[in-house]
Amino acid sequence: MSDWEVVIGMEVHVQPTTKSKMFCGCGIAPLNAPPNTYTCEVCLGMPGVLPVINKAAVEACLKTALALNCEIPRHTKFDRKNYMYPDLPKGYQISQYDLPMSINGFLEVGGHKVRIRRVHLEEDTGKLIHAGDKLHKAWESYVDLNRAGVPLMEIVSEPDLRSADEARDYAMELRTLLRTVGASEADMEKGQLRAEPNISIRRRGAIEFGVKTELKNINSFRALHRAILYEVNRQQQVLESGDAVVQETRGWSEQEERTFPQRSKEFAEDYRYFPEPDLPPLELDRAWIEELRRGLPDLPSVRRARLLNDLPAGQVAVIAADRELADLYESAVAKGAPTVATANWIVNEVAPTGKLPSPENLAELMKLLQGGAITRDSGREVYLESVETGRTPAEIVAEHGYRQVSDESELRVIAEAVIDANPKAAADYRAGKKQAMQALMADLRKRVPHANPKVANELLLKLLA
Amino acid sequence: MTDDLTQLTIKDAQRLLRLGSISAADLVTAHVERIERLDRHVKAYLRFTPELWEKQAEEADRRIRQGEAGPLTGIPLAVKDVLCVRGVETTAGSQILRGFKPPYTGTAVGRLFDAGAVMLGVTNCDEFAMGSSTENSSYFATRNPWDLERVPGGSSGGSAAAVAAGEAIVALGTDTGGSIRQPAALCGVVGMKPTYGRVSRYGLIAFASSLDQIGPFARCVDDAAITLSLMSGLDPLDSTSSDRPGLEVLNNYDRGVKGMRLGVPREYYDVDGIEPGVKAAIDAALFILRNAGAEIVDVSLPHTDYGLAAYYIIAPAECSSNLARFDGVRYGLSEVDAPNITEEYMRTRRKGFGTEVRRRVMLGTYALSSGYYDAYYLKAQKVRTLIKRDFDAAFKECDAIVSATSPTVAFPIGSKTQDPLSMYLCDVLTLGGNLAGLPGISVPCGTSDGLPVGLQVLAPQWGENVALRVARAYEEASDIKAEVASVV
Repeated sequence: MSDWEVVIGMEVHVQPTTKSKMFCGCGIAPLNAPPNTYTCEVCLGMPGVLPVINKAAVEACLKTALALNCEIPRHTKFDRKNYMYPDLPKGYQISQYDLPMSINGFLEVGGHKVRIRRVHLEEDTGKLIHAGDKLHKAWESYVDLNRAGVPLMEIVSEPDLRSADEARDYAMELRTLLRTVGASEADMEKGQLRAEPNISIRRRGAIEFGVKTELKNINSFRALHRAILYEVNRQQQVLESGDAVVQETRGWSEQEERTFPQRSKEFAEDYRYFPEPDLPPLELDRAWIEELRRGLPDLPSVRRARLLNDLPAGQVAVIAADRELADLYESAVAKGAPTVATANWIVNEVAPTGKLPSPENLAELMKLLQGGAITRDSGREVYLESVETGRTPAEIVAEHGYRQVSDESELRVIAEAVIDANPKAAADYRAGKKQAMQALMADLRKRVPHANPKVANELLLKLLA
Repeated sequence: MTDDLTQLTIKDAQRLLRLGSISAADLVTAHVERIERLDRHVKAYLRFTPELWEKQAEEADRRIRQGEAGPLTGIPLAVKDVLCVRGVETTAGSQILRGFKPPYTGTAVGRLFDAGAVMLGVTNCDEFAMGSSTENSSYFATRNPWDLERVPGGSSGGSAAAVAAGEAIVALGTDTGGSIRQPAALCGVVGMKPTYGRVSRYGLIAFASSLDQIGPFARCVDDAAITLSLMSGLDPLDSTSSDRPGLEVLNNYDRGVKGMRLGVPREYYDVDGIEPGVKAAIDAALFILRNAGAEIVDVSLPHTDYGLAAYYIIAPAECSSNLARFDGVRYGLSEVDAPNITEEYMRTRRKGFGTEVRRRVMLGTYALSSGYYDAYYLKAQKVRTLIKRDFDAAFKECDAIVSATSPTVAFPIGSKTQDPLSMYLCDVLTLGGNLAGLPGISVPCGTSDGLPVGLQVLAPQWGENVALRVARAYEEASDIKAEVASVV
């Protein structure tokens, strides 16, 4: 429709799953922790303190890098990025500049490769809380350093994305990958995954990139999508009216559904990067890297391809996006559960409730259902109780008498009694009112809750014929 | 009698303590009395720590009674104002940290406390250890105990003067370009800078992280050696600390110099501005070492001339970053009435930092700036590599390097304060050891015009025992012992 081409590169900050901060022993504060309670002399930037690298953060970064098909160079180091701001206790952020932990990878999204420029480690800053209203004099700012020093991985893509859809899909695929390898919980709402798209547009066929803007404050995949759509449209209007796009950082306002200028890059800060003298260069043990590579679980793209052999695409999309669901599915099937029925159960019962049964119990449940031993309604009860108590479905079925009654001679007696007890409904049915069957079935279920609905229905039809 | 207790070495003091002739409390009292009498002249100390010394002396006496005395039990210790001690005001000689009491004790000090040392107080120094005379302290200038009109050297001038004046048996300093060795030489005591990584820097208020090391001052080589060994060794809180055992600094260090090859770098021997009296004292020292069985050989450190320039790029560059945390937000001086945060930073730092600190922060910021980084910082790092190679080559021809520690003896107070460059030249013979990360020691080697001269011994990386061995052999053969200055 338009003769503009959208070009997007993504910078994604991800908080790896670690017990402690990047360079000290402080724990990771939960979202509601009182300010400055997860701090020590190191992350407060007291005089005389020194950083020590968190190995778990390095491991998470390496796993991510390996899963993104990155090269892990032999030498890597940390650098200081110098700037003064009250949320940055040391006056510099420890990051990685010219020798990042990994480079040159790719992530497959929707069948094509998005190139990854680098994945590196750094530390988060603290948070400023501004009090007071818009009156300049009433302003007060408070510093909360709970987040200062929390580890962050920065994943930088090449400008290979061409639409808001692709950018969102990339971020979602990244989240799945991070969860699959266990590197991060990657929950956007909790700030564990922060996506910052760099957006520019150019005339279709042009070789040069246009001037880009970078978007911040994006808290969900939906916001990411909408912010990009808004920004592309804005840039288009600017260019079509003959103006020039200004290179700048823009914020996304969720309330107003628009982007607004935050910081112009014209007065770019000079960060005076130099090698962090308090941390010796890292020579990563190649054997450790190989061990991590071997230990990586199946990546989502591999798993997705495998699941597509047995399942329709709709089910695969749900199951492959979540490592736990996919693991559950494959383990249950390995224990003899039927493929499609199990996938259905996972999509309709497990995914919405988040209640994960053991693969053994799920396989047993699916076999009970498939063999007609219990009804689907009973199956749901059994499933919930089994997840709650850990007991096996067979035990629960036996205890509650959930076993389905499918015996025709047994049910025939009941069916006859139902017809006798509901002469009006029987007459209505015979007169052609098909809905009357519902009342008869309801009465039958009242008398025998675990009657096999199919057998019962057939019996009633036969008797009424 | 009490003054005699302030002349003791660690070994003598320990013997008297164990014999029960004196108590740790007596030792403290003797030092406190001497400090009360002399320190108003010398001004070595910034502040005293009576709560600590009372508690620590009591604990020392208890341990001695129970036969659990450690190697430093009861030994009076002075600590430079850049080493954090929990609850003790620590300010790096600066107004910007006035009132700051660290919530933790640094590793080196903590290890000496564990070994039984008794802390008497905090000693004066150049602000953030930037200087060679202790005149850059924001509080007052410390005086040389041998001549109160002269400087004690710096930046650890307070610690050197305290030991020289009998106001402590041992003291801790830090050495970034010579800040232990040079004041040791000027005050006539022993001072040692270890190999970079030997002693944890955790708790040392950083000046230049890749150069800073903590080391001891003492009145004899043995005392310096034992003190150093006790604070050495791996610290999980400092990633640049080595896992080599601390005790290795003592390996064979009492074996004498017979058969050792000692290199005299011609660039050091004939360094610009070396005073004839200093040169004569060094010549005499070389003669004594040769007589003791050492072979004296000529060596060369051809890039010496570039060392000073490289040092004054790298050290300010690192300091410009290290000192960024002093922003008035969390601790220390804070000019809160500023209209905005940038103005608050500027007012706090303008008021809190002295001239020399501001000069180096600006030099370093400039050297790291985009467009200048390659020409300054990167080039300085290349020079640093060349200087390391110079030492590597020299140590193929000798076991240790000997030279003067300082080209001059103690100079009059105020004589160099108007000329930063002449002050920078004080470090010309010592900063190579920091750039190359090598261990170095300064021992007293006589006097020139009645003022102490220091002999510097530099050894290969991790060769503290070699430096100590030469220094100890010299001390023994020369019969020159660090004396306690009578001051007045």
